[in-house]
Amino acid sequence: MLKELESRFRQAAPAVDFCSMRFFRCRDESVSVRQLVPEPVRCSDDAGVMITVMHGGGLGYGATSDLSASGLASAADQAVLWAKRSAGASVVDFSKVAMPHPVDDYEGPNEQPWESVSLADKFDLLLSLSKQLKTDDKIVDWSAGMWHKDIETLYLTADGGRVYQRFHMTAPQMRATANNGGDSQTRNLGGFNYAQQGGLEVLDRYHMRQAAPRIAQEALDLLAAPNCPAGTMGLVLAPDQMVLQIHESIGHPLELDRILGDERNYAGTSFVTLDMLGSFRYGSDLLNITFDPTLPEQLASYGYDDEGAKAEKQYLIKGGILQRALGGTVSQARTALPGVSNARAHTWNRPPIDRMANLNLEPGESSFDEMVAQVSRGVYMQTVNCWSIDDSRNKFQFGCEWGRLIEDGKLTTLVKNPNYRDISAKFWRSLKAIGSPETVEVMGTPNCGKGEPNQGMIVGHSSPACLFENVDVFGGV
Amino acid sequence: MQQPFFDIVDNLTGQLTGQEVLLAYFSGEQSDFVRFNKSLIRQAGSVTQHWLSLELIDGQRRMSGSCTLTGVPETDRKRAGELLGELRTALPSVPEDPYLLYSTEPLDTEQVRPNELPDTGEITDAVLAAGKGLDLVGILAAGGIVAGFANSLGQRNWFSTHSFHLDWCLYHTKDKAVKTSYAGFAWDAAGFDRKMAEAREQLAILARPPKTIQPGKYRVYLPPAALKEIMGSLGWGGFGIKAHRTKTTCLLKMIEQGRTLSPSVTLRENTAEGLAPNFLSGGFIKPASVTMMEGGKLKDALASPRSAKEFGVQANSNEHPESLDMSAGELDADAVLDELGTGVYVNRLWYLNYSDRPAARLTGMTRFATFWVEEGKIVAPLNVMRFDETIYNMLGDNLAGLTSQRELLPSAATYYERSTSSARLPGALIRDFAFTL
Repeated sequence: MLKELESRFRQAAPAVDFCSMRFFRCRDESVSVRQLVPEPVRCSDDAGVMITVMHGGGLGYGATSDLSASGLASAADQAVLWAKRSAGASVVDFSKVAMPHPVDDYEGPNEQPWESVSLADKFDLLLSLSKQLKTDDKIVDWSAGMWHKDIETLYLTADGGRVYQRFHMTAPQMRATANNGGDSQTRNLGGFNYAQQGGLEVLDRYHMRQAAPRIAQEALDLLAAPNCPAGTMGLVLAPDQMVLQIHESIGHPLELDRILGDERNYAGTSFVTLDMLGSFRYGSDLLNITFDPTLPEQLASYGYDDEGAKAEKQYLIKGGILQRALGGTVSQARTALPGVSNARAHTWNRPPIDRMANLNLEPGESSFDEMVAQVSRGVYMQTVNCWSIDDSRNKFQFGCEWGRLIEDGKLTTLVKNPNYRDISAKFWRSLKAIGSPETVEVMGTPNCGKGEPNQGMIVGHSSPACLFENVDVFGGV
Repeated sequence: MQQPFFDIVDNLTGQLTGQEVLLAYFSGEQSDFVRFNKSLIRQAGSVTQHWLSLELIDGQRRMSGSCTLTGVPETDRKRAGELLGELRTALPSVPEDPYLLYSTEPLDTEQVRPNELPDTGEITDAVLAAGKGLDLVGILAAGGIVAGFANSLGQRNWFSTHSFHLDWCLYHTKDKAVKTSYAGFAWDAAGFDRKMAEAREQLAILARPPKTIQPGKYRVYLPPAALKEIMGSLGWGGFGIKAHRTKTTCLLKMIEQGRTLSPSVTLRENTAEGLAPNFLSGGFIKPASVTMMEGGKLKDALASPRSAKEFGVQANSNEHPESLDMSAGELDADAVLDELGTGVYVNRLWYLNYSDRPAARLTGMTRFATFWVEEGKIVAPLNVMRFDETIYNMLGDNLAGLTSQRELLPSAATYYERSTSSARLPGALIRDFAFTL
């Protein structure tokens, strides 16, 4: 089919300054069991193309699920129409944007294909886990599930570019809610951030088969726990909370399209300005953040972005100093600044915009015990539960599912509803210790919302556990 | 696509065997999207998409799947047939579903709105002209949206609308902006001009030196667009029967401990006056109205067909509000600054989330043109503030009043497809609203 599609595109491509076609197909399936009852299986096959035209300084696109020759021709006509309409009225003169024309293939890992285990066996596993989650009458709702995506993309340019890429993604999900009257406490496996590229081997990387008894017990324990205390204190964050911290208070503010104002009507602006690049102290000397789409198992690894830019690892923050922003080919042309290969679209019917891909905090040297030992009074928090940040990405408030007090360098009492709030750069400057490679977890977020029209993007994050000092911590009502 | 969709279902029905039952759903749109920044175009294009979802049922087993369609009848018939075959192959591997429920009494409906939209290029030109000399950023979405349901029992439902939604900001500087929306079924140039004029007036106030307030409790006024953010969070598990029965609802204390909101809070899912299709999964037709809360007390929960079977109630919704309707109060919207006295006029709220879900405590930010008001007069734009406050305070003990005028607020959401959700809300005056950062 792809050869036919390529042939149709070559025929449909109009005589313009630049024309590309991006084919995207995602076949996905999700299977889950809630309270020992199988939920309806959901599977979908989403396929379509976007044709992009740059001409006379304007840009336009036409996207369609009609892959026939006439469908592509119609999409090309729409793209030309919008390119003409926007010529002379665009934020950048697109005739001056040099688009790449790469030729290559890329395929992510897939050790144990999703199809290698039957649907019946998948239900058997989930039913078994579901039974293990129901350990007590106080467990009032519980579920276990998994999802898989098989994504194929073909990027063509009329000038000979051709990149075929294929990705397999899998994620386990597990949840238990315990209730006692007016209080309910929920534990999730990884807080919806356990997702990687690969087949069913991903489930074992996250120890899904062993997790159910722990998830259920922790939900019950939280129900009996006191609220997290309030005060200014030390804070140790587990990797499954660090992913959110990196995503919201480093990733989004560094997106060049936000800095350039594209997102001000929806996702927001950024406290980061272009003049900060190269000099702004974003965090303590320990902070090193990389854009790294080259780790095969991480969720947003790829060979090329959706505008054909080759994926390469880059430092965004080094030794705490801001080095570069997250901007793809078009944003780089708009600013005359270096960026990264991050022009990405969540599917065929949305245009590429600046995205995070994999944004990782490089590990340090402290063991987990060494970090805890440095805290006289503080809290260790696990697992994303609440996230909110202002539109400039400054004032944030995050909450976790699970907390444990740290007193005189030791983990002590379990606490529920642990929350903390701060201001982004101030918080990262209070980074006191970074966990060693043994504390690192590789995770991902399947649904990062941004863009107009809206897009829910797959991004990846890996992080060690980290220690921050003097953070405003508090609990529930 | 109405007849081609029904033809596909007729064709598939002919392929069913034994006791098989087929439920089919269709959704599609032909939309133009024009994205603006700094009163110029950032990205513009058109999207044509068609989706078919099938649910094959045999006894208590069901298997569902969906695929994109091309709009070419012959190709789509073939693709739909392949999908049906895949579902039939998988069906024996799927355990029986005790909560399977679908309508067995065919009821046809048709909601069709004619296309009154001008060419999207004309609206684009109007926006570019209006933005000249200003810093305008936003999105124009315009075009047709369709949805359909059909089953092998002969039921046929169709929904078709053509609409536009222009959602934009005029920026003064940094995060200081006036946010405005203009949505409808026919473009009215004079109506757009009025919206722009109002926005420009507020923009002038943003040029004043901004004020920063200390965390603490303040009297605030939330116009309908700001209250919509709180209602959106309430809709996240607040009204669905599954969330109620599994104790995961944010309104847990209303269910378990008899907590109430202000007697002036009455909330309905008002399908009859909303903008969304009136049919549900399983072929059920939504009731014209469901009252979720009356006089501050919970009333009927929203139940999807599957939850309806699980919990023994009638199916009435997709389990979350799509046409939310809050009853009006008695405050005159034109006099809210006087009623506010000294406090904060919050144009919009942003990025709400539960910091203690069982206690219904929400955190979030002020955004866009939020003003400090003294003795009924706007004094200065306010720098953004974080709040952390419970629903029971905001819409309960501390609710000073709701406006007698309400606004219909169509959703601007475009994830995967253009939304047809809406909310009809008053503004809310609230005492002792807790800002924390």
